[in-house]
Amino acid sequence: MPLSATTVSVKKTFPPLLFFFVSFFISFFMLMSMAQQTVASEIPAESSLEDAWKTLSQKNYNKKSGAIEVIAQQNPPEARPAMKAMLEGQLYYAKRGKALYFLKEVNDNYEFTPLFDTDPALKPVLQENRRGFKKVKVNNRLRRMIRQLLAVMQLKHEDADIRLAAVQELLKNPETEAADLVKNAIGKETDQRVITSMQTLLAVIQLENGDETAQLAAINTLANSLNSSAMNALTAYQAPTKALENKAQSAINKINDKRDLYAKAETIFFGLSLGSVLALSAIGLAITFGVMGVINMAHGELMMIGAYTTYVVQLLMPDNIAMSILVAIPAAFIVSGLVGIAIERGVIRHLYGRPLETLLATFGVSLVLQQTVRSIFSPLNRSVETPEWMSGAWQINEVLALTWNRLYIIFFCLAVFMALIAVMKKTSLGLQVRAVSQNRTMARAMGVRSKWVDALTFGLGSGIAGLAGVALSLLTNVGPNLGQAYIIDSFMVVVFGGVGNLWGTLVAGMSLGVINKLLEPWAGAVLAKILVLIFIILFIQKRPKGLFPQRGRAAED
Amino acid sequence: MIKTTLKKLAIAAAITTASLASTGMAWAEDTIKVGVLHSLSGTMAISETTLKDTMLMLIEEQNKKGGLLGKKLEAVVVDPASNWPLFAEKARELISKNKTDVVFGCWTSVSRKSVLPVFEELNSILFYPVQYEGEESSKNVFYTGAAPNQQAVPAVDYLMNDIGVKRWVLAGTDYVYPRTTNKILKAYLIAKGVKEKDIMINYTPFGHSDWQSIVSDIKKFGNTGKKTAVVSTINGDANIPFYKELGNQGISAEDIPVIAFSVGEEELSGLDTKPLVGHLAAWNYFMSVESDENEEFIDAWKKFIKNKDRVTNDPMEAHYIGFNMWVKAVEKAGTTDPSVVQKALIGVSVPNLSGGYSAMMPNHHITKPVLIGEIQKDGQFDIVWETSGLVAGDAWSDYLPGSKDLIADWRSPLSCGNYNVKTKKCSGQNY
Repeated sequence: MPLSATTVSVKKTFPPLLFFFVSFFISFFMLMSMAQQTVASEIPAESSLEDAWKTLSQKNYNKKSGAIEVIAQQNPPEARPAMKAMLEGQLYYAKRGKALYFLKEVNDNYEFTPLFDTDPALKPVLQENRRGFKKVKVNNRLRRMIRQLLAVMQLKHEDADIRLAAVQELLKNPETEAADLVKNAIGKETDQRVITSMQTLLAVIQLENGDETAQLAAINTLANSLNSSAMNALTAYQAPTKALENKAQSAINKINDKRDLYAKAETIFFGLSLGSVLALSAIGLAITFGVMGVINMAHGELMMIGAYTTYVVQLLMPDNIAMSILVAIPAAFIVSGLVGIAIERGVIRHLYGRPLETLLATFGVSLVLQQTVRSIFSPLNRSVETPEWMSGAWQINEVLALTWNRLYIIFFCLAVFMALIAVMKKTSLGLQVRAVSQNRTMARAMGVRSKWVDALTFGLGSGIAGLAGVALSLLTNVGPNLGQAYIIDSFMVVVFGGVGNLWGTLVAGMSLGVINKLLEPWAGAVLAKILVLIFIILFIQKRPKGLFPQRGRAAED
Repeated sequence: MIKTTLKKLAIAAAITTASLASTGMAWAEDTIKVGVLHSLSGTMAISETTLKDTMLMLIEEQNKKGGLLGKKLEAVVVDPASNWPLFAEKARELISKNKTDVVFGCWTSVSRKSVLPVFEELNSILFYPVQYEGEESSKNVFYTGAAPNQQAVPAVDYLMNDIGVKRWVLAGTDYVYPRTTNKILKAYLIAKGVKEKDIMINYTPFGHSDWQSIVSDIKKFGNTGKKTAVVSTINGDANIPFYKELGNQGISAEDIPVIAFSVGEEELSGLDTKPLVGHLAAWNYFMSVESDENEEFIDAWKKFIKNKDRVTNDPMEAHYIGFNMWVKAVEKAGTTDPSVVQKALIGVSVPNLSGGYSAMMPNHHITKPVLIGEIQKDGQFDIVWETSGLVAGDAWSDYLPGSKDLIADWRSPLSCGNYNVKTKKCSGQNY
């Protein structure tokens, strides 16, 4: 194994063609210098390697796993790229002749390059479909096996992140054979993270196989590791002496204490993230319901329109998914805002001061919007692709990882909130909105065009609902029913926070999120939701105006 | 945009052909009426619209072959709008007013339970095409979807024997199908020697979208060194956020595979399948099945729906089997009279799409193969495992204490949906 690993690293530094010649000459000289029988004994190995490559085009997964092992052991230069392609589902074979090919998709075309570029009969093929080729199928078991084998090969990769991933992969299933490899590699290792992981791996193996002093050292190393393999090794550990057993137990306790702490931090993060989604979907409502007093049942559908806008923006710029979300933010604001203004001008303005009729009319509007979306985009859910920079997680340590999309949404929620506060406090529109909502007659007497302000305020609230839709499209399905799922939560947050108070909405959203997540582990998701609802009902009984009631004369009517 | 216009055109075409079919037939009083009871609006429209189109296609093809008993078939389509009580009203309308001889319809269990009394009262026939929780056998309902022993139990067997799974997460949406299925699975796992502490059961509300803490719990549950798998009865909409969260928290299908019973080609079509690759689904049919019948069916479907991107799925196959069984039974009986056809249906055997034959059992369930597929990037499934033979649907689970002594056999002299083999009594209840 170590020898083959060096061959691979040689390949990395030499250009392929040069490498081919070098290896050709080396093997040529080896042939010359070696005795005849050595060559003879190599022939079956060669042919079994050839057989192994051929076996890959078969259907039987057991045979394939045997073949992959043979390939990994012999480790020809093609082994690593072929295995990687297999993981990605990009290794194909020709239906005729069973030769292996790499697949690459080039602008809607399929390019097949032969795995063995030495055979002149095989040429790269470029065609519009995949006809004539079949995928080398792998299942989860094979994928796992390939990852382990690749990890062994990648212990000396020049990229520290790949080395780290390789060691982590080996840690999932620590085996004694890996120990020697890692021992060799650890001396040359420069990256501290990789060294720590390697030490953990060695300690796990020592704990099983070493003598008592080695075991003691292993326990000490493992006590500082948060890796789950370390924990599992300690739990499964059969201590030969009482002293070692106590030592192991205290190591377990130490790890558990640390883990509990991180678990709490994780729960708080989950809560804040759920809270930010709640707050984001409620901020728009805080304007239309809180400031204007309109019970807008179509609020959820305005979010849905924002989500669909994101989908359409992605359709329009399929080559630039990373930027599409940034484009979608203003687009969703404008589209939802315009729809909101249309609703206000068309329906709501005739119903001011008649909350019941407004409720029914906007509910009707929400059904109309849903069915419209259903007829335009079909009732099927649409997918919004998460851009690369938003997927994955920020790995703080081995037990605590914060997912990027959630982090961004928390920041996005705060940014939207701050922008809204600035609009309400610093602009003349904000001033007029506040004036109209506090005393409409007086504001009109001062020359404020109250109807125009109404329309714009409603448009602003709706636009913010559209922004919430952009965020939701990254978390959940974009479908006609998207809005319905959030409308009740939004009202809950606004009422809990205090109608007409923006800060109240933010605080209420965040605290409901955290409460929900604290309850969830022991009550279950269903019961947690019920408990939160009961809590709000009781709270409203005690303080009918919510967390932060509006004070002053405006609050009286 | 072009896609949506095409789709609209396709829908319009489907509607016009449907209406043409019905107006064209209006002069001929003597048609055989086939009721189609699927939601075309509301939350379930996402799944059920496809089945309505499938029925229209099957009926059109049968008419091209010269109809049935010398008469043309006529589809009567109604829209119960995902509204459970409305299902019962529409069923009554189909049978009493439109005089349909057979009805193909329903998706959710609650809609089936809602129409059941109507079908029993009016003694008509319903073909139900969706996998369900079992524990039911009605004289008037023919279940062409999978019972738990045709989907859930073999899936667990596969994970246990082929993947070596030792710890189990049973995650589901909080309603009757997941609750019953998980009850059966838990009893089955415990019978197989799995300890109670190695089973984690979790329920979430419909449309749950915040999976952070549950996925984090699953991760912790699976980190003990024993191979862990998730058996998911999570309902349609909640699946995507669930898989996304799994991906974001770095759980791959190799670490903790998720096997799903409600995720099929239709649900995956047009979705971002990146986070789902490698996860599993258990069905009785996949679009990727290699058989001549399947290729023909896919071609016919794409031609009928005038969209080459449309996919086929398991409930569509169930309707295909059900419709052909009904046609064969009517030919055998020489009449469409439901009470005669009900008897004639038992024992009828027709080709399924996976290259074999499915037969109607005396308990009104059918025989099917069970397939397990891995989700691919293109939204299709690679079949990684299948049962060696056909599995007969079991109306009453062998693993639940209340129902293991019950059998259903609608042949005379027993003619009972829930006969207790210990007390030798038919409980007499209608389901």
